[in-house]
Amino acid sequence: MKDFYGTKLETPFMLGTAQYPSPAILSNAFKRSGASVATVSLRREASDAKAGQDFWQLIKELNVHILPNTAGCHTVKEAVTTAHMAREIFGTPWIKLEVIGEEDTLQPDVFGLVEAARILSEEGFQVFPYTTEDLVVADKLVDAGCRVLMPWGAPIGSGMGLNNVFGLRALRSHFPDIPLVVDAGLGLPSQAAQAMELGMDAILLNTAVSKAGDPAKMAEAFALAIRSGQLAEQADPMQPRDMASPSTPLLGKAFLD
Amino acid sequence: MSTASALNIQPLADKVTILGGGVAGLCVATELVERDIIPTIVDRQTELGPQACSWWAGGMLAPFCEAESAEEDVVTYGKTAAQWWQEHTGLVQQKGSLVLALNRDQADLQRFAKRTEAYEMLDEGAIADLEPDLEKRFRRGLYYQAEAHLAPRDALRALKEKLIKKGVQFIHKTAEPETLAKDGLVVDCRGIKAKPDLEGLRGVKGEMLILRCPDVQLERPIRLLHPRIPLYIVPRGDGIYMLGATMVESSAKQHATVRSVMELLSSAYALNPAFGEAEILEIGVDSRPAFHDNLPKIRHQGQIIQANGLYRHGFLLAPSLAKMVADYIHLGTEPQWFEAI
Repeated sequence: MKDFYGTKLETPFMLGTAQYPSPAILSNAFKRSGASVATVSLRREASDAKAGQDFWQLIKELNVHILPNTAGCHTVKEAVTTAHMAREIFGTPWIKLEVIGEEDTLQPDVFGLVEAARILSEEGFQVFPYTTEDLVVADKLVDAGCRVLMPWGAPIGSGMGLNNVFGLRALRSHFPDIPLVVDAGLGLPSQAAQAMELGMDAILLNTAVSKAGDPAKMAEAFALAIRSGQLAEQADPMQPRDMASPSTPLLGKAFLD
Repeated sequence: MSTASALNIQPLADKVTILGGGVAGLCVATELVERDIIPTIVDRQTELGPQACSWWAGGMLAPFCEAESAEEDVVTYGKTAAQWWQEHTGLVQQKGSLVLALNRDQADLQRFAKRTEAYEMLDEGAIADLEPDLEKRFRRGLYYQAEAHLAPRDALRALKEKLIKKGVQFIHKTAEPETLAKDGLVVDCRGIKAKPDLEGLRGVKGEMLILRCPDVQLERPIRLLHPRIPLYIVPRGDGIYMLGATMVESSAKQHATVRSVMELLSSAYALNPAFGEAEILEIGVDSRPAFHDNLPKIRHQGQIIQANGLYRHGFLLAPSLAKMVADYIHLGTEPQWFEAI
């Protein structure tokens, strides 16, 4: 497994901490997920650093790597400020950078994203940018200093799975050495397995677990699927064969007699 | 775990002071009075006001809807709330509640239906029959006929008046439970203000609005589902509506953010554009007291019983919490929500 800014993760599973019915259920979901990274939103989950400390404490007690995010930020300035706040609260240079361009679908503003990624990378942050599967944008993010890319599967919270498999495959082949994390849009474990089979390095999700009827059980389901996809990819799967047209000359028809 | 009988609190029941005059404190007092124990209520405020969480409550008595995301206890105990409030205040509106989603969020409605019970699936026409002002706006809805609502501020006033008539004394001062405990048993119902004394208690910030909109006539609480910005709107009568409520993991309760207010207002606007003409009467913020599992807890140490953690279920669960506390003091029965320290 590739490392994330020098950190080897125990499992390729990153789990969000928003929208659980209660902190107790959140804790259970984490335990059963075996996730090695918890993402946490500074803006949505608490209005200011001091007032949110109970929640931060809870996240710290999960005992996994913490990846703070800038969810809910719409401008470069907002995202940069939130990143600073995150570094102060959690003492980590990691930041999952989100610059939202469209309120309804929460589609990333890739122009602002590249700009913010450059600023933060120069300031010593280790940026995990939430982006689309666009190759050119990915290239500019790497150019801006990002050593991890987080392409979406589908819009946040949609549960639609991998909307552009071709795009993700292209991203994989163009950036063989950059860790790729499919972030957002997954609803079912099979979709996570599919992403891992494509050679992605990790999966990040939140809603699919937190909004499930039994979040802890769903967390485990995803953990198994992610592991399964990872193993499958490492095992070098067979290629599907198109049997619709014959591959050998029909002369003689030995097997058809 | 220590048992209630071993705690031997019976002799203390002669003098009981309740600290905090919000929904928890008033309900506990009411239940004690019914057991012929006349408590004293100590609160910092002379009247219930914006500092209390209860002041900003939605007043929905909707146990079935809560099943969507809450623990089973909330549903089980919540089912008794409407009757309790009706018996003690006579202010309960038994009109059911309605759950709706915009057409593109139908998946959320299906999820809600799957996780709850005691509803009827309504089509466009049936929704209009119930709420004519929502005509042709929603294709489907869920109607929970057994649910009810009340106006929280009126209900608390009614409880207080009744308690005064029964001889309950209200003392307005700032006091620490330890000081009061020197004179007898203390029931600490301070909600989030008890945070320094209650391990594991945290605040969950809520923001809400009160609007006047005579152009819109709604009879019952409406929940509008949305993947990120769920809204409820509760009619208070006379064209007044309560809109709520955000849920933010934060103990701050000084201010509502522009974003939250915008989100609440745009959801109301989506429900019926006539809300665009509404007057904003109040913008409220509070910090709901909650434990790790978002369920209430009763703890007891020495002369102090702590009853807290009603979270966003103040009016729904306070009657049950109060009964448990009162039975504990009166009979020594171990409360369902008891937590040994």
